[in-house]
Amino acid sequence: MTASETVKERIQIPLTPDSLSAERIAYLEGIVRQAKTAAAVFTQFDQQDVDRIVKAMVLAGLEQAQYLARLAVEETRLGVMEDKVIKNMVASEFVYNYVKDKRSVGVIRELPERNLVEMAEPIGVLFSLTPITNPTSTVLFKCIMAIKTRNAVIFSPHPKAWHCCAEAVRIMYEVALKHGAPEGVFTCVESPTLADNAYLMKHKDVGLIDATGGPGVVKAAYSSGKPALGVGPGNTPVYLEKSADLNTAVVDIIISKTFDNGTICASEQTVVIDNEIYDQVLKKFEDLGAHICNQKETRLLERTVIDPQTGVMQPMAVGQKATDIARFVGLTVKPHTKLLIAPIQGVGRDYPLSVEKLFPVLAVYRAKSVGEALTVCVDVNHLGGLGHTAVIFSRDEQIIRKFGDVINAGRIIVNSPGSVGALGAVYNDLVPTFSFGCGTGGGNSTTDNVNFYHYLNIKRVARRTQNHMWFRVPNQIYFNMNAVENLGQFTSQSTIIVTNPSLERIGHVDIVRRHICPKTQVHVQVIPDAEPEVKVILQGVEALNFYKADQIIALGGGSVIDAAKIMKLKYESPEADLEYLAAPFLDLRKRVVEYPTEKASRARLIAISTTSGTGSEVTPFAVLIDKEQGRKVTLADYSLTPDVAIVDPQFVMSMPKGLTADTGIDCLTHGLEAGVSTFASPYTDSNAMQAIRLVFKYLPIAYEHPQDEEARCMMHNAACIAAMAFSNASVGLNHALAHAFGARFGVAHGRANALMLPHVIAYNASVPTKFMPSPYTQGYVADKKYATVADLLGLGGHSVEEKVKNLIAAIEQLLDQLEFPRSIKELGISREEFERAVPELVKIACDDPSWRSNPRMPLMSEMAELLWKAYEGRGVVQMADAPQPQTT
Amino acid sequence: MAVCMAMTAVLVTIDEERAVRALREAGANLDRSQGEVFLDFSSVRRIDSAVLQALEEFACIADERTVKVLLRGAQVDVYKVLKLVKLTGRFSFVS
Repeated sequence: MTASETVKERIQIPLTPDSLSAERIAYLEGIVRQAKTAAAVFTQFDQQDVDRIVKAMVLAGLEQAQYLARLAVEETRLGVMEDKVIKNMVASEFVYNYVKDKRSVGVIRELPERNLVEMAEPIGVLFSLTPITNPTSTVLFKCIMAIKTRNAVIFSPHPKAWHCCAEAVRIMYEVALKHGAPEGVFTCVESPTLADNAYLMKHKDVGLIDATGGPGVVKAAYSSGKPALGVGPGNTPVYLEKSADLNTAVVDIIISKTFDNGTICASEQTVVIDNEIYDQVLKKFEDLGAHICNQKETRLLERTVIDPQTGVMQPMAVGQKATDIARFVGLTVKPHTKLLIAPIQGVGRDYPLSVEKLFPVLAVYRAKSVGEALTVCVDVNHLGGLGHTAVIFSRDEQIIRKFGDVINAGRIIVNSPGSVGALGAVYNDLVPTFSFGCGTGGGNSTTDNVNFYHYLNIKRVARRTQNHMWFRVPNQIYFNMNAVENLGQFTSQSTIIVTNPSLERIGHVDIVRRHICPKTQVHVQVIPDAEPEVKVILQGVEALNFYKADQIIALGGGSVIDAAKIMKLKYESPEADLEYLAAPFLDLRKRVVEYPTEKASRARLIAISTTSGTGSEVTPFAVLIDKEQGRKVTLADYSLTPDVAIVDPQFVMSMPKGLTADTGIDCLTHGLEAGVSTFASPYTDSNAMQAIRLVFKYLPIAYEHPQDEEARCMMHNAACIAAMAFSNASVGLNHALAHAFGARFGVAHGRANALMLPHVIAYNASVPTKFMPSPYTQGYVADKKYATVADLLGLGGHSVEEKVKNLIAAIEQLLDQLEFPRSIKELGISREEFERAVPELVKIACDDPSWRSNPRMPLMSEMAELLWKAYEGRGVVQMADAPQPQTT
Repeated sequence: MAVCMAMTAVLVTIDEERAVRALREAGANLDRSQGEVFLDFSSVRRIDSAVLQALEEFACIADERTVKVLLRGAQVDVYKVLKLVKLTGRFSFVS
């Protein structure tokens, strides 16, 4: 930017174009209409069309590079003609080289691994402000970008560079038109004023403002309420570190700072030089044509090239040669002096030369240490250069990294010239540009080197993608009568059997002991037959440590196996924080907390289930009670899954009738909920369906004839199979409601499930009030899956609706057979007490993670309704003769 | 007293190469007695600003003469151009 632009910053750019005449408004409306039509017509062009036009424009830009450079220098009186030729050529050739093979129409990128396709949509009409410092090159660049992206542009050049810019626009327009571009694709506002700019910035048909210039222009663009690309001023710090190649550094800095007489805003402003090399560096500068100012000369420069009132550079110096500046301020220098170098002792208002100077005057600073050097660079960066450009010359990777870390600049140029380096594609692989995004530090929306993709709306076509699913179970499951004999194959030095008092009393522990590998030291850790408490877990861990156990055998129901899982976790990873690990999650794969993988010790966990319901021997879940905090903690992670599961029915032959019924219905609920879960898969379905079939066939027999070995065996298998299904597909709303209700009224888990089950099936099988997001299923399938279950059970029915009704009726009949209470009120809970409890039950159920895989998203009001249905009981299906399951 | 006029429908086929001329001729011949006019755009793949201008002029004449203009078979790329310049409201579209 120029000093005149900086001064303009203090003049508020009007955002209300009140001063415009009717004629002027009509004129502006006309050019917008023309651009809008051109942009609309342009949408029909394909990639080949735009690439053909772009190539022709680039060739014209190259051909006219010298002509346009001369016009720019003659009109603006800034810069160096030869350098402006280079700029025009870079804006054409280098930019073309970058964009030529890139897609900007239709599909621009395909990401098959993510099932995403990116497509380009033009913006329409761009309103572009161009600067005095790089006038024609900026126009060439923006014209090429606009055609590449099928946009129309209305240009408003800096008034002092209007003619050269208008000529550049004319040349580009004529070539574009000749090669098929729509009429009116480029327009240059005649004699633009601030009021014109304000009017166009706020015009409803302008899609994007692209403002390259001083901070006033950029601020006005951003204040207009339109999407804007505003790129503005800099103040480039350079750190010349002692390990650098000094010859390269000095030449690069001279190239950059004298390029177009320093008018590129990325050019070097203050060079911070390590003390050790300071004198040597200055000598090299002097040898190559720089004039090193003494203290008096520096003071003189400070007073003359920087405005003492505003602290910003004087317009008269911008883009002028070093010798002209010297003559003007009264310095005596050699005839071919390229650069004036002024040593400064600090940064800020008290050191006037530490600001941006778009002319060949360079401040230098002697730094006593790396720390001081970096600090001074940060100060320069914050003195009007935030987000823009910074340069470092060094061979020390650590220092380069540190510089990159502490400096806020969109471009950090290493061992190359700042101005030409920042332009991109010459000294590095930065994207070529004539608009430097300065990020939020510079009040801009981007830190990028602005290029054609900033002129596009990028549309992302996202195809439906299924996350990978899983089916994880213990790698060894032994089942059927006497499966416990398999214990003998697992060698162990020290084994702990975790069990409860009743199992020890009835001799189950002795059976297990008999089959443990000989010579194994065995210790029995008896824990209460209840959900495990933290205290119990810690006692178990103490025993594991004391006996240096390498094997844990959990013998019991869900509570004992859960306790053993957590003991193993704490034994192997003593630092594991159970409360932290129990943090809520929606999807196991995306969970925030990670279970420990570092193991202090290792122990094999063998789970032997003594009930036929929870299936804890194969699940990755464990529940414990934190009595101190008064809460229940659920842990879920596949690392909790036992290593070996033994499903031996001899341990369930003596299960009481009530427990047989409760655990059997828990197993049925697992199967049904996993079957309709949003995480269900063909793998879990096969398990869920088989478990349901086994329950319907064998549960009534096991209940009526507890000594029936086949029935016990099949129910034991069913519990394990259902658990494999819900370990991978999860459960649903039935469990959420049963957990809340069971805990509040002290009702056994299976019984609580049974009270909810018919109502939840009817609820899930009806049209949801709210559908649950479910990427794994196509359409709503819960009702159809229930119908499949009915078919599997041979319940009959012609329509899905009929089959669901038959399934519910069959379940109700099974519950009757098992002598379950069929309503909550039958449990002796008064209506008033239940009414008081329902709001809290709903809140608790709502917090329960179980429902998150339910096929239908339950509203809280619906949860309350279901609880009340369970309170009242029967009446879900009215059928005279409930169908008999025909399982084989 | 209501006056009943015989209404006829006219079909004008628009050729992409000669679209402007066809539209201007059709506009010049547009008769108040024609209840509606169909402009068949089915063979037009692309339109330029001259066609847009001709279409706008045609729509103005049709408005003046209370003739309904129906664009038949306009392809979606052409429809999008008309939408961007806010011309779709001036016509009815039929497939």
